[in-house]
Amino acid sequence: MADNVTLTINGRKVTVQAGITVLEAAQQNGIDIPTFCHDPELSKPGACRICVVEIKGWRNLPPSCVTAVTEGMEVETESEAVVEARRTILDLLLANHPQDCMTCQKFGDCRLADYAYRYGLRKTTFIGEQTNVPVDESSAVITRDVNKCILCGKCVRVCAEIVGRNVVDFVSRGFTTIVSPALEMGLGEKEAGCVNCGSCVAVCPVGALTEKNMQGIARPWEVEKVKTTCPYCGCGCNFDLNVKDGKVVGVTSNPTSAVNGRHLCVKGRFGYDFIHSSDRLTLPLIKKGGKDGDFVEVSWDEAIRYVASRLKEIKEENGSEAMGILSSARCTNEENYLMNKLARVALGTNNIDHCARL
Amino acid sequence: MQLYRGHVLVCGGTGCVSSGSKKIQEVMANELTKQNLDKEIKLVETGCHGFCEMGPIVIVYPEGTFYCQVQVDDIAEIVSEHLLKGRIVQRLLFKAPVTEEQVPSYKDIAFYKKQHRVVLRNCGHIDPEHIQEYIAREGYEGLAKVLTTMTPQQVVDEMKKSGLRGRGGGGFPTGLKWEFASKSPGPKKYIICNADEGDPGAFMDRSVLEGDPHSLLEGMLIGAYAIGADEGYIYVRAEYPLAIKRLKVAIAQAEELGLLGDNIMGTEFSCQLHIKEGAGAFVCGEETALMASIEGSRGMPNPRPPFPAVKGLWEKPSNINNVETYANVPVIFLNGADQFATLGTEKSKGTKVFALTGKLRNTGLAEVPMGIALREIIFEIGGGIMDDKKFKAVQIGGPSGGCIPEQHLDTPVDYDSLIALGAMMGSGGLVVMDETSCMVDVARFFLNFTQKESCGKCTPCREGTKRMLEILQKICDGKGVPEDITTLETLGAVIKNTALCGLGQTAPNPVLATLRYFRHEYEAHINDKKCPAGVCSALLEYKIVADNCKGCGACARVCPAGAITGEKKEPHEIDTSKCIKCGSCIEKCKFNAIVKG
Repeated sequence: MADNVTLTINGRKVTVQAGITVLEAAQQNGIDIPTFCHDPELSKPGACRICVVEIKGWRNLPPSCVTAVTEGMEVETESEAVVEARRTILDLLLANHPQDCMTCQKFGDCRLADYAYRYGLRKTTFIGEQTNVPVDESSAVITRDVNKCILCGKCVRVCAEIVGRNVVDFVSRGFTTIVSPALEMGLGEKEAGCVNCGSCVAVCPVGALTEKNMQGIARPWEVEKVKTTCPYCGCGCNFDLNVKDGKVVGVTSNPTSAVNGRHLCVKGRFGYDFIHSSDRLTLPLIKKGGKDGDFVEVSWDEAIRYVASRLKEIKEENGSEAMGILSSARCTNEENYLMNKLARVALGTNNIDHCARL
Repeated sequence: MQLYRGHVLVCGGTGCVSSGSKKIQEVMANELTKQNLDKEIKLVETGCHGFCEMGPIVIVYPEGTFYCQVQVDDIAEIVSEHLLKGRIVQRLLFKAPVTEEQVPSYKDIAFYKKQHRVVLRNCGHIDPEHIQEYIAREGYEGLAKVLTTMTPQQVVDEMKKSGLRGRGGGGFPTGLKWEFASKSPGPKKYIICNADEGDPGAFMDRSVLEGDPHSLLEGMLIGAYAIGADEGYIYVRAEYPLAIKRLKVAIAQAEELGLLGDNIMGTEFSCQLHIKEGAGAFVCGEETALMASIEGSRGMPNPRPPFPAVKGLWEKPSNINNVETYANVPVIFLNGADQFATLGTEKSKGTKVFALTGKLRNTGLAEVPMGIALREIIFEIGGGIMDDKKFKAVQIGGPSGGCIPEQHLDTPVDYDSLIALGAMMGSGGLVVMDETSCMVDVARFFLNFTQKESCGKCTPCREGTKRMLEILQKICDGKGVPEDITTLETLGAVIKNTALCGLGQTAPNPVLATLRYFRHEYEAHINDKKCPAGVCSALLEYKIVADNCKGCGACARVCPAGAITGEKKEPHEIDTSKCIKCGSCIEKCKFNAIVKG
């Protein structure tokens, strides 16, 4: 069939769809090739070169992420030359990477560490200059540590191609190349244009971009991930609540989310501190003792009875138009539908609105 | 048309302009008027002659007298003696190196004698700012022939027959490239010229842009017709202001005569050309980075495939060639591919322009047929090594190339033989080094360039060249260890095999080539802590040879560190702990009593 091609990967004959990449063909057949800059949702820069493979008859070691499969191609994903190249690339990345894994927020979830482990690189063999740029703490929610960046460019592409903000890009050249907002501004500076959606954090394979509020709180393996729907608006985004010792300590993307994939807005990703806030109302309050009285905690039954009786009284005294309902964008469609029924049918007024968005 | 009995050609190339040719033109014009010669002798500002070292250059026709290093004060004499009385001003003639013989005629100068000018056919002969002069030299005739008698496919076939290969460095067959772009489907295609000449010391493209811009335009238009493009870009670096100015003039003049724009020469073929000024990044000479830059993005290469012929500028099929390649095209169509293919070797046809620099007697631009031996270029055209020193190596192909030692100088120069020697044609930079050049230092110099110009996108190039550079620096500082050579070789091999673009893949070449031919110099630095060429200051020690020292004290007086002491008329001594190795003492000593090593 013309739409399929058959190639050999590590001595195994596989038949895949024509036009896909060697990396995709390998992944479809359970063969893992390491990647840093590749992301199925983003454009393919072919930049990090960790995914190089050996293809019989080819002069160089081509990157599998941007090399299309062809009929009869013979691919080796872990040959001696490939492993040497990967080890060298890892060695080079480690040479310009702080060796402070102990306190790194990404510890346990770091691609660089994973591959160093896989290829047995305890430490770099090169001694030389390292990038030394102050850590950017200007953002309210994201810590940006350029020194840990391996310049895979995923943050650049996710910001440009998915979020559409173009906040960061590559600046400078050669060894001094870094990813930065324009004019070397901090991520938190207004002119940088960052909306704190954290999509860059979600795609960063190392500890260069991390959630501020999770720092020092929990290691990746200590948290239970609970998939849930965002309570903020009607979009219905899903994500994982990171729960440690019964407390929500953070939010991370869940790529299986049907609506939003890994992408969230600032509220969904970072606006969860209300959950365990001491200021949070957990019971209804009724002001007792007249106008200057105090709010007193009451049971839900009492509160609902009180509201129902007051609404009745107002309706009898001043008519339906004296009342209105302000609902919330945080409610589901069904809840808002019921509020609408309550207003129009029970109270008999068209005075109903909601906050539109939060 | 006004007829003149003679012409005075004053070079207006960047080299001569910086040595004062504008002033010379002005004074010459005044002098001609003063002597009532302005109706008899025509003053012409030309493009570059290639012999910039001898500038400002003035050539008087019909005799073809070549005056070099002409100063403002010499003008009156040239006018009154030569132009008025017909007596050549001997003292301004070019003196052949070594023999000191005066050479009156342009064509007899060794630098020009061996050259075969196809690309530079008009450079230095015509006024680049007057399209009529280009037309008078059979300009736009090739285009006329193409548009009126040939189909695009015939143009592609003729290009393939010519055997022309890309002059930007890669050496890809131009006809084949055009065929790919012509067969790529789509109503919109682009023709692009890479004029982002970035190799240090190479300036052949600038010379064509400044001296004969219409040959580029004509070449591009023929290419546009062949592939079916109706729009094109010339990506030229902003550091070439004169080239940009002359291109603008050329485009305006060609548009005015209907040779560019809509319905060219009254045919159905239309093509617009734009100039895009580059901001000077070396990597923008790489075609995918160049297109990214035209599109307004950061100049960073993208993986190929897709090749530009399939998905190029704004994702449309595009064809990119460099200036020198396009400048060959009009000649191919004027005289036919067969005629063009008579020059050169079996697999590399035509000529190549080389930029001769370094320790040569004659430096400048030289256009020679492919297949000529390097020895001829260096010792005949280049006049051999300066100060009678010994030849050591020639770096060919710019920072991406490699060095070639004495034993390979008789190899015929073509794309394939140079690659076999570990170098490459590149854009044609030739840097000649003599015995006083340290090859480790040379490798470090070129690697420093590529590291600084790396776009930072792929890991091997960005990080790998940095570590190679640090190792070379360490070796030059006398801190090298034997394993460093192995590290350089393995790192170099990985970078070559895994880097994204041509810049990265060729970046280790200067190191690998010097390791191949001058390994002993690396070993001397590492094992003996000596720099055989006496360049790496950390490895040098200055000593006074007591037998030669007269005790004059000149060295002690000039030493800025107070490192030299001694009684009058007694041999002096250098305190090596204080010596900063500046070399002032050696320069001052009249008795060759100070040695370094």
